[in-house]
Amino acid sequence: MADLRINGAVRTVTADDDIPLLWVLRDELRLTGTKFGCGIAQCGACTVHIDGRAARSCVTPAAAVGGRNIVTIEGISGDVARAVQESWRQLDVAQCGYCQSGQIMSAIALLSEIRRPSDADIDAAMAGNVCRCATYVRIRAAIHDAAKALGG
Amino acid sequence: MLTRRRFLETSALTGVALIVGVRLEPRCADAADQVLAPNAFVRIAPDNTVTIVAKHIELGQGTYTGLATILAEELDADWSQIRVEAAPADAERYGNRLAGGAQMTGGSTAMAESWEQMRRAGATARAMLVEAAARDWGVPASEITVERGVVSHAPSGRRATFGELAGKAATLTPPAQVTLKDPKDFTLVGKDLRRVDGRAKTDGSAQFTLDLVLPQMLTALIARPPRFGAILKSFDATAARRVKGVTHVVAVPAGVAVVAESFWAARKGREALRVTWDESRAETRGTEELFAAYRVLAGRPGTPARRDGDVAGAFRGATRVVEAVYEFPYLAHAPMEPLDAVVRVGSDGCELWAGSQAPTIDQQVVARVLGVSPDTVRVHTLLAGGSFGRRATPNGDVAGEAASIAKAVGGTRPVKLVWTREDDIQGGRYRPLYVHRLRAGLDPQGAIVAWEHRIVGQSIGAGTAFESVLVKNGVDQTSVEGAANLPYAVPNVAVELHTTDVGVPVLWWRSVGSTHTAYAVETFLDELAHATARDPVALRRTLLAKHPRHLAALSLAADRAAWGQPLPAGRARGVAVHESFNSVVAQIAEVSLRPDGLPKVERVVCAVDCGTAINPDVIRAQMEGGIGYGLAAAMWNEITLTHGRVQQRNFDGYRPLRIAEMPVVEVHIVPSGAAPTGVGEPGVPPIAPAVANALFYLTGQRVRRLPFARLAAFGTRTS
Repeated sequence: MADLRINGAVRTVTADDDIPLLWVLRDELRLTGTKFGCGIAQCGACTVHIDGRAARSCVTPAAAVGGRNIVTIEGISGDVARAVQESWRQLDVAQCGYCQSGQIMSAIALLSEIRRPSDADIDAAMAGNVCRCATYVRIRAAIHDAAKALGG
Repeated sequence: MLTRRRFLETSALTGVALIVGVRLEPRCADAADQVLAPNAFVRIAPDNTVTIVAKHIELGQGTYTGLATILAEELDADWSQIRVEAAPADAERYGNRLAGGAQMTGGSTAMAESWEQMRRAGATARAMLVEAAARDWGVPASEITVERGVVSHAPSGRRATFGELAGKAATLTPPAQVTLKDPKDFTLVGKDLRRVDGRAKTDGSAQFTLDLVLPQMLTALIARPPRFGAILKSFDATAARRVKGVTHVVAVPAGVAVVAESFWAARKGREALRVTWDESRAETRGTEELFAAYRVLAGRPGTPARRDGDVAGAFRGATRVVEAVYEFPYLAHAPMEPLDAVVRVGSDGCELWAGSQAPTIDQQVVARVLGVSPDTVRVHTLLAGGSFGRRATPNGDVAGEAASIAKAVGGTRPVKLVWTREDDIQGGRYRPLYVHRLRAGLDPQGAIVAWEHRIVGQSIGAGTAFESVLVKNGVDQTSVEGAANLPYAVPNVAVELHTTDVGVPVLWWRSVGSTHTAYAVETFLDELAHATARDPVALRRTLLAKHPRHLAALSLAADRAAWGQPLPAGRARGVAVHESFNSVVAQIAEVSLRPDGLPKVERVVCAVDCGTAINPDVIRAQMEGGIGYGLAAAMWNEITLTHGRVQQRNFDGYRPLRIAEMPVVEVHIVPSGAAPTGVGEPGVPPIAPAVANALFYLTGQRVRRLPFARLAAFGTRTS
């Protein structure tokens, strides 16, 4: 039993102590926008924000993030989030779309920290997010576009 | 009755909404007799929505957008009124005539197969709306025009929306004949319309099978045998049953299912389970043993797949013979969404939810497992989080497993089966392992007078429901495609196949036979160009004189890549051109060397001839994605077995391509007025040989065994 602050609301969850945050989000809170891809923090499909930083929820014990500010794809807001989603849509980044929640969460975290990221910044920040459809060309372009839209 | 609808907000940008998730019951708001539904592909409702029924699944390749575009074009609908929903399973209405009649998305056939069908469906609905207006207004139909969802009669100034005319049109008999548009009048086809699923895939609302939540639903994992062909001997579920949330532990044909209230409980339960396997009939060979056995076979004549001229005589007369042996590993598909399916057994019939490429096959499999008639199994097709061929199995493996668990559990609680990533990487249905041997005979002028190509590997089609379609005269066409149809002008050609029997399950993998044949043919041809001191593009042009589509794609790529122009030091270009799924793709890769000796692909210029470009931006995306998918495998991927055990487990050992490794990609589409052909797969085959050919100019080494990663692990190989 723990209280988690998720998307601005405190949610009391009943799951076991060892359960990763991902499965609390998906199975208990029905926030299915955060995806399961590998379970070992190798693919980034499960990326959420914990206190504004990108984190892999599949290896983050839910019990360890009580009191922290957790945001999922369903709860993103603000200029950066809007710019990222808009550039993703304009460029039609998504193909199958399954990894894109995680990609977008990582991109928002990057742009929140670095307003005008270089290609190297993008490589570093997005290295943990796998897209098997290989939409990487557009992910890079969309991050640059979002940065421009934000006046970075 | 479980009827749930997920309706995604309309995009202000595209105006197009997507109905994903559970398919709806007929809507009550619009009385059925007010809805114009002249065929199986379109419904026009009084609320002015146009719902397009997609018989081909959306798994990333843009099918929903393409199908909607084709139909909306002939209907003259406004893009903002279009909705897309997945078709139910029904081979009669929704069968794929290019895939043996099953309802199937595969072989890059969706646009080619639906082009005429969707055009006619749209034109039929349009004609009925026009006729309804003509009768309503008492004017000749010939004076009526339709534009962006509005039906108009200019002389009288009358106008009506589709929604206003739907009820009246629904009373008419669909015309037997319709006139299709002249392509010069297309307003949607050929435009970069935004994808219908673009918005849902950027806000977390797109629903995949893994996201499905049904009341009382259970989640199941299966403990699977450690070797292919092993079977369950016994299991001890004492500890597994003690895990909180575990509800059932049951033997099923695939292994032992651990069923629980949640994924995490099922996972913990599976970890606690003790299983003893009977491995007496399991496959125990390793990949190195298979390669060794295949190499021996490659030295012997095989079953002919093509024979032109007198190959033996031509070799005897050749002044020089060049030979190369290529080795290709097993490959996993590894779509981002792990494999999954949901089955509900109810007194009112059964239901299957899946992102399947083959809904009618899955329907039959589920029915067989449950012992019911297929028509009592309702199939709900959801978006698939990638597939690359994995969700199109002749035996409906995942759906069948889910059904077997639902049956074993009993009751009516829906069961969601999840394959973990480990299950996926280790669970087989791989692109087969192959060995190729190529030999070419050259005359004194360096012309290729003889070409012998032997392929050794498992058949994808043999022993499956697709055998009669795929295997002809002992040759599985998927084993030799891309080799048997060698386009190069060589007078004496032999292509032969050895089909092997290995207990590792195999399956088509994005671009199927061309995943290996294109590499062998295109790197070997490059080797011959080098051996005879000819430019690789020039040699290809000479040998492709009778193949205008190949020539056009190759020339376009070469031109845009500035083939022949100097590059910065440390960079080289490589070329490959290949036809697959009736499309021709040429790629020129610009490559440098990483410090570890592996290729770094800097830039790829790609030219594609896929007939009429329905949505050029989707085509570009498929070329980009195909290049990335092919490059991931070429760079990093191999499934290896030791004593029959798969050595890779997850994305740590089966390394995906990451963003820093993705080249800049430039795509050019060859203008064409021909009917559309495939784009989902044809972008894959040329990339690996194009990179390998560039690598040769950097290192002097020919890579004959994939993946390239072996260059770093084992040192460079001699050519």
